[in-house]
Amino acid sequence: MTSLAAALAGIGRPVLMLCRTAGRVALFAVSGLSHLIRPPFHLRMFLRALVEMAYFSLPVVALTAIFTGMVLALQSYTGFARFSAQGAVASVVVLSVTRELGPVLAGLMVAGRVGAAMAAEIGTMRVTDQIDALATLSTDPMKYLVAPRLLGGILALPMLVVVADILGVLGGFIVSTTSLGFNPAAYLHSTFAYLETIDVVSGLVKAAVFGFLIALMGCYNGYMTRGGAEGVGAATTAAVVSASILILAFDYVLTGLFFSQ
Amino acid sequence: MSTAPPKIRIRGLVKSFGGKKVLDGIDLDIKQGTSLVVIGGSGSGKSVLVKCILNLLTPDAGTIEIDGENVLALPPRARRAIYAKVGMLFQNGALFDSLPVWENVAFGLLARHRVTRGEARARAGEILAQVGLGPEVSRLFPAELSGGMQKRVALARAIAAQPEMLFFDEPTTGLDPILGAVIDGLIVDCVKRLGSTALAITHDMSSAQHIGDEAAMLYQGRIVWRGPATSLLTSGNPVVDQFTHGRREGPIKMEVCDEAAKP
Repeated sequence: MTSLAAALAGIGRPVLMLCRTAGRVALFAVSGLSHLIRPPFHLRMFLRALVEMAYFSLPVVALTAIFTGMVLALQSYTGFARFSAQGAVASVVVLSVTRELGPVLAGLMVAGRVGAAMAAEIGTMRVTDQIDALATLSTDPMKYLVAPRLLGGILALPMLVVVADILGVLGGFIVSTTSLGFNPAAYLHSTFAYLETIDVVSGLVKAAVFGFLIALMGCYNGYMTRGGAEGVGAATTAAVVSASILILAFDYVLTGLFFSQ
Repeated sequence: MSTAPPKIRIRGLVKSFGGKKVLDGIDLDIKQGTSLVVIGGSGSGKSVLVKCILNLLTPDAGTIEIDGENVLALPPRARRAIYAKVGMLFQNGALFDSLPVWENVAFGLLARHRVTRGEARARAGEILAQVGLGPEVSRLFPAELSGGMQKRVALARAIAAQPEMLFFDEPTTGLDPILGAVIDGLIVDCVKRLGSTALAITHDMSSAQHIGDEAAMLYQGRIVWRGPATSLLTSGNPVVDQFTHGRREGPIKMEVCDEAAKP
């Protein structure tokens, strides 16, 4: 009986901790979002977050997208050749990139690059009393540090995904027309023939949600940092891991919402 | 004898972390325009006391009155108005790494008084001059400054908005004795010039006697002695005597030593 109780406690404890953390994250998110609609607004911090997330992430997202498009074209060509369905390569590439790979891969790359940096910056501010200093200078840390980053994330990821979509399709186009023998005009025609507005819009909506999640987890883990350098390191890791998992989980949920029959 | 209410009145302040009671019923008054230094060992709760007063930590029990108002019972807007009159010098400076020195100093001015950035920059230059820093420093970032310069910039930031209350957390920690004396002198000058009420926490006896009009000793979560700062070394209180003279033997037991002595 005692061992059964211990086993149940072993299961229950992490579940309760998960619920508690989920509740804290939800309250943190609501608090951060509420500051987006209440003045004063820190425009400079918002622009800084936007540039950091969108502009400086452009190279890594662009490279990821173009190579993904190239690999996708190659893989789908060799796979579809077994069924003599090579003609579907263009539409598979464009639908995969716009619906899934563009937002998910851009999200994961930005989570690794920006989410980690956010957690490290805010975490360092926490352990060096800079967040307390903000409060003593009549500045709400949630309004100054968190709200601009949340908005930056919501807007930056869709911008990056537009670029990722274009470059992903371009990568597939380059491989298909140079290595796989596709006619460029026919490839482009196939690309756009089966592309619908919902394919692009769903990807952009996903991107906005992923951007919010990346900023949220970066800010939350940084804000809750305890201890010194070790705490900052742990917060950085937690920000990237939690954002990556949430991106994949919400990808499933959003795909279900957009495309389930 | 003055009957004016104290600027800051603390009654029955309690704060625990986990099972450890760090503050165990603190009663403390600080009169308008005076400086009180709270001394105590590392981990005795000095910083927790200041953070509770500054609303950075929420006490478990007790009251904190500023200008006769219990700030713990005030709505957020009224509380913010009171804390707009406060300046704080943090132990490690807590300067914002991403902002240049002038913007660090002018941060409170920009946040509270809605001055233009040009006006704030000019004002920051004047305040930096008051703490002995030239205009060439204003463009630098905190990481480019020495420890002493960072302390001066942090002091400039604390006094920039001409606060009615100033708080100092270990203002001379990490500085050499001469630089420590310079910072002490600047603190005294600033407090006198602004006519502010000041609370400093330190375990530097020289600094405590220099900065404070009065001193109080925090031990085991309570104020165990209070008197003129000049009498710190001759208080007659065994706890204060042991602490101020740095004796190993006395009523203060260092738990870490006891643990280490166990077989």
